[in-house]
Amino acid sequence: MVEAAAFQGLGWNVWADVRELFAYPFMVNALAAGTIVALTAGVTGWFMVLRRQTFAGHTLSVVAFPGAAAASLAGAPLAAGYFGFCAAGALVLAAATGARRGSGAESAATGALQALALAAGFLFVNLYDGVLTGLDSLLFGTFLGITTGQVETLLGVALLTIAFFGVAGRPLLFASLDADVARASGVPVTPLGVCFLLVLGLSVAETSQITGALLVFALLVTPAATAHELTSRTGVGIALSVGIALAVTWLGLALAYYSIYPVGFYVTSLAFAVYVGVRIVRMLGGRRRGALHLALETG
Amino acid sequence: MLAHEFMRHALVAGSLVGLACGLVGYFVVLRAQVFAGDALSHIAFTGALAASVLGLDLVAGLFAATVLGGLALGLLGRRARADDVVIGSFFAWTLGLGVLCLAIFTRTASAGNGTAGVRVLFGSILGLSATDVWRSVAVGAITTVVLVGVARPLLFVSLDEAVALARGVPVRALGIGFLTLLGLVAAQASQAVGALLFLGLLAAPAGAAQLLTANPFRGLALSAALAVASVWIGLTLSYVYPTLPPTSMIVGVAVGAYALALLTRWTRGVRSSARAPAAAQPGAR
Repeated sequence: MVEAAAFQGLGWNVWADVRELFAYPFMVNALAAGTIVALTAGVTGWFMVLRRQTFAGHTLSVVAFPGAAAASLAGAPLAAGYFGFCAAGALVLAAATGARRGSGAESAATGALQALALAAGFLFVNLYDGVLTGLDSLLFGTFLGITTGQVETLLGVALLTIAFFGVAGRPLLFASLDADVARASGVPVTPLGVCFLLVLGLSVAETSQITGALLVFALLVTPAATAHELTSRTGVGIALSVGIALAVTWLGLALAYYSIYPVGFYVTSLAFAVYVGVRIVRMLGGRRRGALHLALETG
Repeated sequence: MLAHEFMRHALVAGSLVGLACGLVGYFVVLRAQVFAGDALSHIAFTGALAASVLGLDLVAGLFAATVLGGLALGLLGRRARADDVVIGSFFAWTLGLGVLCLAIFTRTASAGNGTAGVRVLFGSILGLSATDVWRSVAVGAITTVVLVGVARPLLFVSLDEAVALARGVPVRALGIGFLTLLGLVAAQASQAVGALLFLGLLAAPAGAAQLLTANPFRGLALSAALAVASVWIGLTLSYVYPTLPPTSMIVGVAVGAYALALLTRWTRGVRSSARAPAAAQPGAR
């Protein structure tokens, strides 16, 4: 099997092409990591879109950048930087925005935190002196050189995230849909919100190790937005969100393997294409349904 | 410090960028549209790199992308306010496109141009030419004049849209025009502090001003003053300590001011709530 692992490029034999993807350990690791990341991002993203916290999600994903830069500067493991900074960012965000959700003050606080994170990240990279090679992969991700240890860490954090949604999913859904009624019936709305931000931070930290700090958002928001477009049912919606995230990640990794362009471009473009496609189909369908309605009414 | 020409350029251009960001930012925060600013900063990145790939002028690409982006965001949304999820999906893709352009550009261009991506993302305030300075003077002047001109109706619309609409204020046109202006400022600021850090000058001084005063005109002035002061202090800091990048220092000072405002507000709140039961005088400040 080792001889077969030589890079052959894209041929007409689809089966052989797919098998070649699994021939290299680095590619197997990348696919495993991508799968774990897509799973977490799909679930967390669905709740994020439901709770209208896209700006918070984007800010937390940016916080991953100074985390990684600080870890390289201090010589600590990158994962520690990612997870530490994102968790801290989630707590700061929860404290700074408080209960004023959806207001201008909240968006100012979120924006200020995001800018501070970027400024700190750029400062750390400058101090580290590894500007060119390091910066691009921190910001835009790389799927090369993912180790088995990294995959195991990702799996651990993913299980933690899924466990959170398993335990707190129902009350969180209630609190997200109608905070006042949920509070009245004894659901701890505020602690749940803080916990959700923490989980969002962890998921983002995980995702950004593959896609880079700037492109996390594509996996987090776009599949979830598509799912929300398609259905308002919870279980189906989450499954759809995860499914789209998985498909986009696998296809993106495969395309990146066979071409010279970065994986981030493929993942974001595929996800966006699915979203736009669904929007267009829905728009056309709605118009047709409307026309049908009109035809029925007029006779 | 003022003996160096590049420092003089940086100070003049930076002050005007700060002024424009402070003024526009006040309305951005008031209208809860910081996320749109965030999106525009990413569009700026892609626009500049796409222009470089196509062999066009980088600055032209920057301005075209953000002004069109602002216009699109205005047209997309109902009542000229696009949905956060739509904005998010769109700019995530724009950024992916930017990464593609970056990959093509660094592959085809000579080695000397390898830093293009970093320059667009984090700005090059110390490398501005005289033309750049004139351009930022022009953008700063346009922004100030336009915003001061429409300040009253724009405030009205931002604070109570329904009543403004009923009184015959052109709500939609104002919203679209405002986002286009934001695009213009985003392009100019991207050159000075970088596409990514533009958000800091937009959100932090304005957020601080809103925490400190409820009067909109005083707030507008305070926001502009804080932004300009951040630029000056940041530039001075990075001149004194050359290892510190000016962009990071400018944004760091701005966010520091915001944090102080938050702290002031918080301690004031604690003190007044501690005094209130004793004096039995609600609302005493």
